[in-house]
Order: sequence, then C-alpha cells, then structure tokens
Amino acid sequence: MKFIYQTWWKVLTVLVILYTLVAGLLLGVPRLPIMHETIRNVYFHVPMWMAMFTVFTISVVYSIKYLMTGKPEHDLIAVECANTGVFFFVVGLVTGMMWAKYTWGEYWSNDPKQNSAAIAFLLYCAYLVLRNSIDEEQKRAKISAVYNIFAFPVMVVLIMILPRMTDSLHPGNGGNPAFGKLDLDNRMRVVLYPAFIAWSFMGVWIASVRYRISLIEYKKNAIE
Amino acid sequence: MQLLSQTKHLLKKEILLEWRSKYAFNGVLLYIVSTVFVCYIAFNLSAGFAQSQGYAVVWNALFWIIMLFAAVNAMAKSFMQESKSRLLYYYSIASPQAIILSKIIYNVLLMSLLSVLALIVYMLFFTNTLGDAFFYFVVVLLGSISFATVFTMISAIAAKAGNGGTLMAVLSFPVIIPVILLLIRTSKIAMDGLERSLSYGNIGILCAINVIVVAASLILFPYLWQD
Repeated sequence: MKFIYQTWWKVLTVLVILYTLVAGLLLGVPRLPIMHETIRNVYFHVPMWMAMFTVFTISVVYSIKYLMTGKPEHDLIAVECANTGVFFFVVGLVTGMMWAKYTWGEYWSNDPKQNSAAIAFLLYCAYLVLRNSIDEEQKRAKISAVYNIFAFPVMVVLIMILPRMTDSLHPGNGGNPAFGKLDLDNRMRVVLYPAFIAWSFMGVWIASVRYRISLIEYKKNAIE
Repeated sequence: MQLLSQTKHLLKKEILLEWRSKYAFNGVLLYIVSTVFVCYIAFNLSAGFAQSQGYAVVWNALFWIIMLFAAVNAMAKSFMQESKSRLLYYYSIASPQAIILSKIIYNVLLMSLLSVLALIVYMLFFTNTLGDAFFYFVVVLLGSISFATVFTMISAIAAKAGNGGTLMAVLSFPVIIPVILLLIRTSKIAMDGLERSLSYGNIGILCAINVIVVAASLILFPYLWQD
C-alpha cells in the first residue's frame, strides 16, 4: 500500500501519457483502406478499456478482501475503483462510438461488441444503484461486495467472450483479425503498449485519489 | 452428508408451504396466462399478423420475453416472503449452503413446471409449427433452469437490500441478458428444425453458466445472510 502514496510513478505516468499523445499524433501509421488516419484512435480507445479492466479487477479483489476481513477501507477502495472504472467505461464507449461513426458509418450500428459493452455498463450502474439503496454502512458494504463479485465474471463474459462467438464489425471478433495480426507494425507498438500501461496506472492514480478523499470523509464522520 | 439431509428437509418444507397456499404457483400462472392473452389481443389487432413475414421471429422472441418477466415475478418472492424471525430460525438450524441450495432446487422445479404450462398456453393462442418440437422443449426447460439459478441469488441480494421489485429488475436484467440471448438463438435453431449439432456449443455455454452461478451462490451466500 506504500506504493500508492509515492510520487515517482505518477510523474512517470504523466510523462508517458504525454509521450503517447504527441507520438500518437505525429509518428507514422500504416495506411489502410477505410481506416486512414482514424487508426490513431487505437492509442486512445483501447487503453481506456485496459484502464477499466485494471481498476475493475482491483475493485473485485478488494471486494473479496472485504468479505474475508471486514475492513471498511477495503470497501472504500472497491467502490472508488468501480466509480473510476465506470468513468473509463464511458470514455471508452464514446471514443469507440466516434471511431465507429467514421469507419462503420453510424455511432451505434447494433454491433455485438457495442451491445454487450452497453449491457456491461448497465451491470455496473446497477452496482452503484444497489449501493445507494442501502443506508446501513456495513450491510451496504457486504451486499455490494457480493454483487460486485457476481458481476465481474459476467462483465468479462459479455465483453471478452460473447462478441467473439458472433459476427462483429469489431476487430478481433467473429473471425475478423485483430489489429495485432494484420497491420499493427512496430511503429504503432512503441506507442500502443506504453499507452496501455500508462493509462492503467492513470486509472489506479485516479482511484487512489478518490479513495484517499473518501477515507478522510469516512474518518471525519467516524469521530462524531 | 448433513448438508444433503438439511437441503432435503428445507426443500420439503418449501414444497409443502407452496402446496398449502399455492400462492406463488397460481399467481405466476395467472400472470403468464393474462400476459399471453394481452399479447394475443394486441398483436391480432392488425389483421394478417399470423401470416406476416416476421411471425416466426416475433413468436420466439415474445415467448422468451414473457418467460423473463414471469420468472422475475416468481423468483422475487422466494426470499421476500420469508419473515425476519423465520429466517433467523432457519439460520440457527441449517447451514447457509443448505438454505440457498434448497431455494435453488425449489425454484428450478417451480420454473420448469411453469415454463411447460406457459409453453402449452402460448402454443394454444399463438399457433406455430415447431421444426424440432422435442428439442425446443428441452431448450425451454434449460432456459427455465437458468432463470431459476440466476434469479435466486439476485433475489437474495435484493431482499437483503430491502426494497423489492425495482432493485430485483435493475440487478437481474444485465446478468440475464447474455443467457436470454443464447436461449433465443438456440430455440430459434430448434424452431427452424435445423441440425441439432449446431446448438451444442450454445447449450454447453448455458450449462457452464449454470454451474458457475450455482457455485458462486454457494460461495457468496454465507457472506450475504449474516448481519
């Protein structure tokens, strides 16, 4: 836990994200039909989902820890990670929709991947609604931890497995090759992989700041 | 083997209670019949519906939507109708796994019975020829089992949170959507009378989902019930 209070990785994260912003817009990319320059969106769209998966995974780990130990801090971490994850979820959906407008023709084209992402979004909204519906703190923590553990595998199935079984416009699904196999050349790799890592750490950073704020509030309320 | 005998006794108690009042069963059955009838009247307002092109698609989708709402209504009761003192009594005499297991088995039995009756009533109003009737029937049974396993756990969560119907729907729909997508796809294959081997993959995934949900319920329910 010492790790999240240190500064060096936050500086590094900001620097790497700045690098991916500049390099992502300036470095050369392969010229592909339909995609053209919009392929640069891969540096922004995909890392959002990476960040989301990272914080949701942390969230479910701390939900499990909460059920085992019953420490209120663990519940705070779980909920703040889920909040951050929902934020990245929205950003990922929006960047994906903008990309879809230029390549598939519509913001929403009834694509299985888009649909299941929307359903998974509802799943986490339900988690937040469930939290708001219970007043008692311990009860709320316990019930929402149970639902979080229940929801996480469903989310993974929805986003990672189901779209792969049907026809989809999205790369990597339904027999479409993913970027990696077809056209991701080394010029893109040097930007994309640092972007994955940097945005994931960005998610962790946002979640940790939110956690520290809510911890202060929690302690303040506890004294009274 | 204490778990098994506890489960058996609790299950017997559930069935006995239901047999005495027949409230859940009759209520949901009436719900299904009236929904089917409302759909029948609503769809037949425009003449020539049964001969129209999309009839088969609508037939299949409508059946599963009716089943979904019937299942939500039937399962929502499974924990909410228990009074607080009675729950406390169960917890003092039985293990939490036995409680959730008996609820799941009872709900599976109830849903299977209801879905078979619903299918009969539905076929009565909306005539349709099934390509592979036996296989469609199997898929309906599998669907009712999946509904029962998923909704039992969700209704336990919703009942603990303490405000019934809305929360039940909000929590369960995102979880049930992948299941219902698989069910609609599989039952359409059965309806069109296509090769059975086409749907073995889907059925495998459904069974896997059921196993995972039951396992998750058994692990998570003990944390849920203790206050």
